[in-house]
Amino acid sequence: MTYKTKAAVSALALAAAGFGSAAQADDLTLCWAAWDPANALVELSKDFEEKSGHSMSFEFIPWPNFADRMLNELNSGGKLCDLLIGDSQWIGGGAENGHYVKLNDFFDAEGISMDDFAPATVYAYSTWPKGSPNYYALPAMGDANGWFYRKDWFENEEIRAAYKEATGNELGEPKSQKELMEIAKFFQGREIDGNTVYGASIFTERGSEGITMGATGALYAWGFKYENEPGSYDMEGAVNSPEAIEALEFYKALYECCTPPGYTNSYMGESLDAFKSGQVAMAMNWFAFFPGLYQDPDVGGDKIDFFVNPPQNQPGSTLGGQGISVVSYSEKQDAALEYIKWFADPAIQARWWELGGYSAHNDVLNDPGFVDSQPFAGDFLEAMQNVQDFWQEPAYAELLLAMQKRLHDYIVADQGTAEEALNLLIEDWTETFEDEGKL
Amino acid sequence: MSESPITRMAEATPPPLARKVRGLSDRAIAWIFVAPTIFLLLAVNIFPLIWTINLSFTNFRANRPNRDVEYIGLRNYERILTDSDIWLSMQATAHFLFWTIFFQVLIGFTLAWLINRKFKGNDLWTTIIVLPMMLSPAVVGNFWTFLYQPQIGLFNYIVAFFTGADPSSFEMLGSVQLAPWAIVIVDTWMWTPFVMLICLAGLRSIPDYIYEAAAIDRASKWRQFWTITVPMVMPFLMLAVLFRGIENFKMFDLVVQLTGGGPGSTTELASINLKREAFEKWRTGYSSAFAIILFVTVFGLASIYVKALNKVKDR
Repeated sequence: MTYKTKAAVSALALAAAGFGSAAQADDLTLCWAAWDPANALVELSKDFEEKSGHSMSFEFIPWPNFADRMLNELNSGGKLCDLLIGDSQWIGGGAENGHYVKLNDFFDAEGISMDDFAPATVYAYSTWPKGSPNYYALPAMGDANGWFYRKDWFENEEIRAAYKEATGNELGEPKSQKELMEIAKFFQGREIDGNTVYGASIFTERGSEGITMGATGALYAWGFKYENEPGSYDMEGAVNSPEAIEALEFYKALYECCTPPGYTNSYMGESLDAFKSGQVAMAMNWFAFFPGLYQDPDVGGDKIDFFVNPPQNQPGSTLGGQGISVVSYSEKQDAALEYIKWFADPAIQARWWELGGYSAHNDVLNDPGFVDSQPFAGDFLEAMQNVQDFWQEPAYAELLLAMQKRLHDYIVADQGTAEEALNLLIEDWTETFEDEGKL
Repeated sequence: MSESPITRMAEATPPPLARKVRGLSDRAIAWIFVAPTIFLLLAVNIFPLIWTINLSFTNFRANRPNRDVEYIGLRNYERILTDSDIWLSMQATAHFLFWTIFFQVLIGFTLAWLINRKFKGNDLWTTIIVLPMMLSPAVVGNFWTFLYQPQIGLFNYIVAFFTGADPSSFEMLGSVQLAPWAIVIVDTWMWTPFVMLICLAGLRSIPDYIYEAAAIDRASKWRQFWTITVPMVMPFLMLAVLFRGIENFKMFDLVVQLTGGGPGSTTELASINLKREAFEKWRTGYSSAFAIILFVTVFGLASIYVKALNKVKDR
């Protein structure tokens, strides 16, 4: 073989190898919110890159802009995201507007069974119409709203004695919403270690979903229902039931009695800041943040403990969390489906939990060691048994913004009564469902 | 004898363009040059406006491409004009507009009058005063959010220092009564320098000899101010009001950053409401109708105002 022939053969071989790898390897973009679990997912996904040869890019949007940014992307048929971990409320719109790929055939072909995942998460994150065996996402990140508190303050003998004297009760994790308020009132304005501290940080944010996600923690605990019968859109007597009115009055009272000054527009970030800076005795937030909080050098470790949203008339927690979907506008759907297959693997799910993500896989959740694996693991399991989600209708954004407005007007701006707020909410929602042709 | 360089250059030069396009009138050539601009104007301004008017009579939603679009006549307009929340947002806009313009004109004119007097360092003071309007509204909003913070904010401490109140006893951004004033204060802080600059231009355009003549006629300073300064600066002042009025009618970023429209809906200006309807609720037809109503309002008010401005200028 002459030198020229050798060179030509080598060039062809190299070109063939290059084309071969180009045809197989894709650069996938996964879109999600910018928060602690997203960092864990980056770490986890290195394994996928190694095994598949695909490379992963990530587009993480801060929570306050997440819905705006991603829904604009989907509505415009954008190709930015191949995979999207979208909020649970988006599933109806994602399915009906053709944004998400229906995954049933893929699940059947790959032997992925939804029975392997916690039923509440499958129902909330994957199905549309609700409860039907039509899957548009794989449960990716189980989550609910929970509470954490300054364990070191709760165990301080002086504080315990003062609490006993003030209330006649032992200071400990609250077992009801009203007990939670009693504890919050006790801490409000109290001097601890030379600083004035406050009772609790709760969600009051107006712009996106904050105050709704906070107040529903009380509403669900009192027995709030969106409809008299699921799927009926009959809201009169359910949304404005006496229990719902009482719960809303409670949340407003909690906001007024027991939050730090200036706490009028606060959500996840503000709640974390208030707790980490030692301002509050208790705080509500999503379980997703709990691993990071436990690791916090100032308020984590022995100083922190966690509890599930306390019941009142019944147990109930506000659902968070998301499923992972393949975006129908993606040109790399095969590679994106490979990622879903890899992510559904029980071993990867176990690793996901280890890294700080909340797996919804039964093998992880039912493992005998799960409850003791983290100080908040038991509370997470308990919360997920009683979660309720907001409307998952295609018009969810309109429904959510109406609730944001009515709740903020009543709770923070002190306008009207709880009953009036809920009656107005029914009017708003009725109008939306009429526009949707559902009423 | 060889050809001169000038002759060679003349031969190499192509015949004039007009000869190539002979038969076209000056008007036609002018149209050829102007056409791209007119096309761009139609594409970017006029077409979207006509399209928005068209959408305002439909139930179209941009996020529901699969849904049939129906023409619903004036239903969107009827809904908007009978919606109490919309009227509240218009009320909030009117409050914001009136008070910001009032304070900006008052303070801006006063500052311009002071700066216009010859004193050492007035250029430095002018530069310092105009700094706020050079900042981004998002930055200003964020910055003032911290200043208004009841626990650590400087604003509360300054007010407390003068009034003796507890700094954490009042919330500028969280109180229904104070939040509208909080955004008026920030907008005034940011945009008063703009009014000041326009007034300063007006003041500096008044020739000195007019004042000298008035002084010879023994007119008092007060009389000079009311009969010379104010009338001659008035067209400039009215121009500043027009600019600030149009700008503040559309105010969005600063208020979103400061209050997000809250507490409740106290500071939800029309522009914020419109954005929520259009790009959060995705009621495209409805929000198009709302945008048209706002456009007609601004356009109508501005037209009346410009007529008045011209009358003042002609006096």
